[in-house]
Parts: sequence; structure tokens; C-alpha cells
Amino acid sequence: MSAAARRIASSISCPSISTVLRSSSSFTLGGRIAGVSSGIQRLSTAAAALEEPITPPVQVNYTKLLINGQFVDSASGKTFPTLDPRTAEVIAHVAEGDAEDVDRAVAAARKAFDEGPWPKMSAYERSRILYRFADLIEKHNDEIAALETWDNGKPYEQAALGEIPMFARLFRYYAGWADKIHGMIVPADTPHHVQVLHEPIGVAGQIIPWNFPLLMFAWKVGPALACGNSVVLKTAEQTPLSALVVAKLLHEAGLPDGVLNVVSGYGPTAGAAIASHMDVDKLAFTGSTATGKIVQEMAARSNLKPVTLELGGKSPMIIMDDADIDKAVELAHFALFFNQGQCCCAGSRTFVHERIYDEFVEKAKARVLKRVVGDPFKKGVEQGPQIDEEQFNKILHFIKSGIEGGATLVAGGERHGDRGYFIKPTIFSDVKDGMEIAKHEIFGPVQSILKFSDLNEVIKRSNASQYGLAAGVFTQNLDTANTLMRALRVGTIWINSFDIFDAAIPFGGYKMSGYGREKGIDSLKNYLQIKSVVTHLKNPAWL
Amino acid sequence: MEFPSSTFLKSSSPSSINGQFIDSLCESDGVSKLKIPEVKFTKLFINGQFVDSVSGKTFGTRDPRTGDVVAEVAEGDKEDVDIAVKAAREAFDHGKWPRMSGFDRGRVILKFADLIEQHGEEIAMLDSIDSGKLVNLTKAFDIQFATNCLRYYAGAADKIHGETLKCTGEFQAYTLKEPVGVVGHIIPWNFPTVLFAAKAAPTLATGCTMIFKPAEQSPLSALYLAYLAKEAGIPDGVINVITGYGPTAGAAISSHMDVDAVSFTGSTEVGKLVMGAAAASNLKTVSLELGGKCPLVIFNDVDINMAVQTAWQAVFFNKGEVCIAGSRIYVQEGIYDEFLKKVTDNVKNWVVGDPFDPQVHQGPQVDKEQFDKVLRYIESGKREGATLLTGGKAIGEKGYYIEPTIFTDVKEDMLIAQDEIFGPVMSIMKFKTIEEAIEKANNTKYGLAAGILTNDLNTANRVSRSIRAGGIWVNCYLITESSIPFGGYKMSGFGMDSGLQALEKYLKVKSVITPIYNSPWL
Repeated sequence: MSAAARRIASSISCPSISTVLRSSSSFTLGGRIAGVSSGIQRLSTAAAALEEPITPPVQVNYTKLLINGQFVDSASGKTFPTLDPRTAEVIAHVAEGDAEDVDRAVAAARKAFDEGPWPKMSAYERSRILYRFADLIEKHNDEIAALETWDNGKPYEQAALGEIPMFARLFRYYAGWADKIHGMIVPADTPHHVQVLHEPIGVAGQIIPWNFPLLMFAWKVGPALACGNSVVLKTAEQTPLSALVVAKLLHEAGLPDGVLNVVSGYGPTAGAAIASHMDVDKLAFTGSTATGKIVQEMAARSNLKPVTLELGGKSPMIIMDDADIDKAVELAHFALFFNQGQCCCAGSRTFVHERIYDEFVEKAKARVLKRVVGDPFKKGVEQGPQIDEEQFNKILHFIKSGIEGGATLVAGGERHGDRGYFIKPTIFSDVKDGMEIAKHEIFGPVQSILKFSDLNEVIKRSNASQYGLAAGVFTQNLDTANTLMRALRVGTIWINSFDIFDAAIPFGGYKMSGYGREKGIDSLKNYLQIKSVVTHLKNPAWL
Repeated sequence: MEFPSSTFLKSSSPSSINGQFIDSLCESDGVSKLKIPEVKFTKLFINGQFVDSVSGKTFGTRDPRTGDVVAEVAEGDKEDVDIAVKAAREAFDHGKWPRMSGFDRGRVILKFADLIEQHGEEIAMLDSIDSGKLVNLTKAFDIQFATNCLRYYAGAADKIHGETLKCTGEFQAYTLKEPVGVVGHIIPWNFPTVLFAAKAAPTLATGCTMIFKPAEQSPLSALYLAYLAKEAGIPDGVINVITGYGPTAGAAISSHMDVDAVSFTGSTEVGKLVMGAAAASNLKTVSLELGGKCPLVIFNDVDINMAVQTAWQAVFFNKGEVCIAGSRIYVQEGIYDEFLKKVTDNVKNWVVGDPFDPQVHQGPQVDKEQFDKVLRYIESGKREGATLLTGGKAIGEKGYYIEPTIFTDVKEDMLIAQDEIFGPVMSIMKFKTIEEAIEKANNTKYGLAAGILTNDLNTANRVSRSIRAGGIWVNCYLITESSIPFGGYKMSGFGMDSGLQALEKYLKVKSVITPIYNSPWL
């Protein structure tokens, strides 16, 4: 990798990138900022003029449903197009799964779970397969990354240097858990011996979004498989391609047929069929809060399957007055604009202390004007297109609402170019808590900068949200950091950092951002049943 | 009653080379074809290099089949330990190993496991030539265990969690689990590769550095493993191997002022010395896996054939050179006679001989000292009035072979019922009630492990809780896995190897406390 690419990689700072860069300073970056701006400046271009899209260096080999280890057409024979968000042109026609296909997939998963061999294998053997899978991913890193970029529009360097290595890393993490899933022996008041067994829950239904197709795959499939479950996975209709490729590799690594089934298709059809299926034992969903409510209801109305939800966010990024402004600007920029702003935990409410507010806005503007928007396959590009027309229109609608609502448009505010779904990085200042852009999840490159004057105020305002996914805190003051750490009602707090997504760090929401945690030891609980075994003891030596 | 005797076989392998072996069972052409593997590494391994000892001295490591020297190995002493500790200290204080992420360490450990798997045959042969272990079994068990163990802890390296704590006052407190530093590992000769891996893997996972002293009887595999560790990318100085003797090299490690923890597996007698040296020097953390005199309690209600097989393996596996050997077999009176008959019948299926021969079940004892000691215990058993059912003698004129030996009518106070024999000697005792079994089972200074054979749930549960030992096998024996903690009660030592518990031996807990203001919860 060239030095320039490395700098860009750091600038987009997908946290995992730091771990892939096996340079001497491989511990750096994540959300910590180091010499980024100079690199960006050098690589920034006048942008605007859209060139012919770069031909992705990869072919689409898999477009069918993966059921019981076989790629098959949908029962209806129907397909749907998946589009290149750079151009809105069709990449491929993909089999469209519906209730009947979900039935088939669930039956395969059921058989794989009930009859084995997967849950009956030793955990050590399961871990070996997951390790082998990670090795295969590493081997095919670049083509998988290219597919991810093609389908999703995210910068290729972000996918190739950050997300795909992180995907392998996550599977290695879960491979390591497989043989360390321990129940407990708990004390009893009476002469009883009590064993707590942690058993796999069964067939897991998993519905994942389009913003990080493979990382979301890893967050869900990794723990489910480590615990010995079988899976029916529905990918987002915007990004069905990469999951099929990695699922194929997982079988190559030794995963038995039927353990992982991938159904491409739409939410109201395939997704709903999973959520309301009587033979799915657990449901995990990542997506919008609105859809989260629907799937939870479906679970309730069908077989009361336990549900975990990772939903929307409107995460505050709090910049205190003692912060190094340049670093704060860069971090807040990254917190919002990373992945085209399509992050559930995007720092979409930038709260800046009044003493540094004006300077911050100026510098944030300067930074955003340097942001390189363009073909995500092009080296040095920081921001690609939004995922699809619907999202594109929604974001432009929010921008309009911001302007009409009285916020000051500092930069951007319109589409970029005249093709595909590119939007100029946008900043609003003078944003008030009651405005639409301060309340709703925009899921796009729109930064709202709000002013605050004291700690209690910013705590109150930060918590005045239906969401509680994450927060960023930028301060050098330990007491301030400690106070905010406990006072903010969110599932993740990044202090002088943002978007650090190590495998061991649990991630999930408070309030209407959902419940359940992904990654870390806590994620295993989503895929385990707890069984207490109580045996009467005769003349025990101790209790 | 007449009992069959076991077969003695000293065969050769077709691919074997030179070496002399004079024996009545030797090849008809009079030339032995004993297999002797190539020995590649014989020097101390310090800071990533193979080096001579400071003194220049060497010692011979011997083939227990013949007593002949297989290789001259560098003899490390205090000066060498000093150099090794310095390297380990540097690697810990300034090196990258503890500063790498747990995940990155895990990747290196996985590579190490792959290399061991790749070279499994060669390593197994080194352990066989050094210790008289069955080469096939060493490949199937020891090498497998070692690779599995390394992979287990590779996966644990990024799962070492501190905790955030509840405080009464307005404080935010958490614990950090930090690597303890430089660790000294003194390991025995009965499972050289298994114990190298069992000690190295959790130590590596936590980010510590280490000095190994393998037993003087079995120095070869440790040197080979250290070489593979380097090949795998473990930085220089993280693993150092000092071959040599206990009173010199071992003592230097235990009493070193710059070693932060010592982990010893061996006899209870030496364990006391190690702990004493640790106390007298810098109070380093000590963990000890020591001797055992493990009871296997067999109740009336079990399948007798399963009981015989289990008891047999419990005693004769690895020539009885197992700290968890089931060296006290307690049989309930209802099945006692039948058990005796069947267990002695089993002797005829048991082949003693060259451990490189795939038909052989039992190789020679490790060395002359152990051989003599086992024979002395057999004599003492006879002298004290136990009934010798079968065996009791050395086999052949060369090497350290002993017949599988069974005593009955063994009394609790006999030496063979009290002491760890560490050889192929089974002592069978009768009991009537569950209470008696529990009492007898606990009538020992040791508390390493125990076995219970019964199908009665209440018996199994009651005896499991009543025997004061670190491992209880119910209807099985000798089952050891990476995830299962292993260690002793009483004078069998303290500190657990294997399982996530083993990580604790190499970690220090640090509590960090800071005031918080206006916390919405406490």
C-alpha cells in the first residue's frame, strides 16, 4: 500500500484500518487523529466533474438464494435488480426470496440444528472451521471489498483496508469463543446441586442492513455459529451480493449444509416471513426503529421468539471548551461523515461549547470543503454515493427542512454531480433542538452543529432523544469525562475517540435504539438458551 | 490361582538406523534396528539464539530403552539463567510482545500451533527417545493436546477482561488485568510437550515472557518447540529455554530476584524447595502442580468390564508416570473378586516393549533412578504384606522396563498406598460403604484428582463433593482438555493449569479508582 493510500486509510479511520496497517505504528488512529489533514489536502481534487465510473475489478458469480448449501432460484422464479449507486445502473439480477423460500431455508436450518452435525460437533472443531473461514476471507480480501463497494458505494479503500480485514478479525474473535462458552454452577440454599448450561438457542433468523453488509453479517452470524446455532439470514435488498460470496467461502471452510442459509429479498416479504416464522427460535434485526417495531410485533404474534434489535440513533458528539479544536473538528467530521453518514451511530448532533463555537464552525466548514467526493473506486476518495434513490431523496428532503426551519447552511446542501446518488457534504450551524434535522436520523452526510454553555445543559439536551445508541465526548478534563460517561443514556461512549469497533467491545442501544448487545462476550447471550439443572443431593460434604 | 504374564516386545522399525541393542529378543542377525530420531537442537535457547552454556558444560540425555546417551545437551546453570532472565526482562519491559494487541498475539500463537502440528511426528519422537513414551500415542495425544491448547489460548488472548465495579462511595472503579512479567516454568519429563504447551500458551496469551527449564531427562522437545516458536514469529526473548538440572538451573530460576512468577510441575518434595526459594528471594508468585495418589473408587453397580478398562488405563497409561495416575483402586466388596480376576486377565493383552513399535502398550521407565525407585516400592509392597497378583519384576537386561504390577490386600498405611510410585504398579483395596470409600479416598496428603465409577446419581454427586481433590472423573478417567482447569488440593499444589483459570496465574489485578461527581447511579 502506498503512503498516500495509508494516509487516506487513516483519514477515513475505520477503526479496523489501524489494525490492518502493519506499520510500526499499528496501534494508532482508530478515532484518534494523527496528521490527517495534510494527507487529505494533497489528494483532494476539484471534484465535481464526474468521470466515467471505474470498472469494478470483480465479477458477480452468485445471485441465487443459498439454501441447504446449494444456490437455488427462488420458488417464484422472481428476481430483483441490485443497483450501482454511482450510476443507478443494474449490477445484477438477484433471486427474490419470499415466504416459501424462507420456509425452505428454515426447514434446512432446522434439520441442520436438530440432526447435526453442527451443534453436535466439538466446539473446537467449530472454531477450526471459523478460523479457516477467516483465512479464506483474507485470501479473497480485495475481490470481496470490490463487490462491497460496487453494491454499496463505500470507498474501496475503506472496504479493502478496513471492513474486510475487520470481518476476518471478527470471525477469529468468535472462533476463539466457541470453546469457551461456560455455564456456571450456582449455590443452592438446600441440598441441591445446580448446573447452569448454556445451550445453543436453535434456528436464528437474522435481518441485516445495507450500510455495512459484511460487518453486520459478522456481528450476527459470528456469535450465532460460535454458539452452535443454525441461521437464516436476510440481507438488505440494496446489498445482497457480498453475503452470498462469503457464505460460499464459509461452506468451503467446512460449514455443513443448512447451517447458514442466505435469502435475498425485501423486508415486507422475506423479512416478515422470518420474523413471523413459527420455527425460527430467535430473531436479530438491525435497521430502522420503525421496522424494528414491526419485527418485534411479528415475533410476539407468532411464537414469541426472543428478539434483539439494533436500531436508529441520533448520537450526540459533545465538544467541551478545553478540547484541542483542530482535533475535535477532525473527529466530529469523521464521526458524522464516515461511510457517507450512513452509520446508525453517526455523531449527528455535534454539540459545541459556546466559547469555541464560532471557531469550530469555521474549521468544520474548511474541513468539509476539502472532503473528496467521487467514484468510490478511485484512490483518495473519501465519500461515495448514498445507497439508493430513496435515501438520496430523504436526505435532500431533510436538508430542505433544515434550511426552511432556520438553520444556517454552512456548506453543501445539494446533490453532487448529476448522476448516481452523490450528495455534497453538508453542514448546518445554529441548529436548535426542536428542528427536524436535530431530532431525526438523517443517515446521510449532514452535520448539525449545536451550541451549549454548560455541562448539565448538554447532558439534558443529549438525553432528550428517543434514541440512545452512542455518544462522543471530547475533553481533556477527567471529571467532565467521568460525569458524561455515566450521565449519558446510550450504549456506547467514545471519549476522545469515535467509531472504535473492536470485536470485544459490546455495541447496542438504550431506549428506542434497541436492546441486546452485539460483539463482545455479551453478544453470545443473544444466541444461547440458559438451562438450569437442579439435582437433589444426598449427604453433601458442603453447600 | 495362576495369572498370565504380559508380552515383552522389543522390536524394530523398518526405517531404523544404527544403535546397539543386545537382548534375547533382538533381531536374528544380532544387529539392533532401534529407531533413533535425529536431534537438531542441543544448546540453550536464549533471546532467540541457540547458545552454549557459559561453563561450556554438557550433559547426556539418555535413551531409556538402553540407557545410552542420545545427545549431549548444554548444561545451563545460574549464569545462564541470569542471561535468560535478562533477555526475558528486556522482552517484557521494552519489547513488543506485551504491547501487541491480544488479538495479534493470538495470531502468532495460532501459527505456533500450526507449526507444532506440522512437525508433530518429529516432536513426538523426541519425547519418545527421551522419556520412553509410545511414539504413536504421543502423536495422537500429546501433540494434539499441545496444538489444541495453543489454539485455545490464542482465542483467549483477546478475551482477558477486567471489570468495572460497584462502589459505595461516589467512585468509578475498575480492574485491569495486567501480565505479571517474567515467568519461570520448570516442567517434568513425563509429558514434556504437553506441559511446555500448557504452560507456554496461557503465558503467551497474557503477554508475559518466560524461561523454561525442561527436565534433564527430556530436554529435546523444549528446544525444538522454542525453535518453532521463533519460526512462528514469537519475538526473541519471549521464550527462553535453559536445559539443565533442578538444584542448579531450577534453583536459579526459583530464587531469581527478577523473575516475577514461577510455575512448577513436579514432585511435592521439590515443590516445597521451589516455594521456599521464592519466599526467600523476592516473594514471586508461585503455582505448583505436584504429586498425587489418586483414588479410583469403583462401586458395585458398574459394568465390570468398563471398570477394569478404566482402572487399567488409570494406572498403566504412560507407564504409570502420570501425576494423576489412579494409583489407589478402591473396589466395593460385591465386585471385588470378579474385578481382581478380570484385571489380572487383562495383563495378557498388554505388550511391554520398544515405544517406537506400534504394537507396544508400555515403554521403559524414564531413567535408572525412577526404575530403581519403582522396583524398591514393589519390594516394599511385598515386604509389608501386600499380595502380588502379577508382575513385580524388571524386564530384559538393558533399559528400564518393568512388568505391569498388581498388588491386592493393600493396607492404608503401607508405603505403596501412601507414596507416589510413578510407575506401573496398581494397588487394589476393598471397601464396603460409601462413607468408608470417602474416608479412605481422602486419607492422603495429596489431592490432585480422583475417579468415581458408579451409575448411582446420588453416589456420584456425593462422592464428587466429598473427595478433596482438584479433578473428579465420574465414569471416566484421565480426561484432560484445554478448557478444563487442572490442579491440586492439599499437598498436590495450588494454581490451576488449563482452562481460563490458568490465565490468572500469569495476570496481576490492578484496581483503578477515581472520584465521580453527580453520577445518576451508583
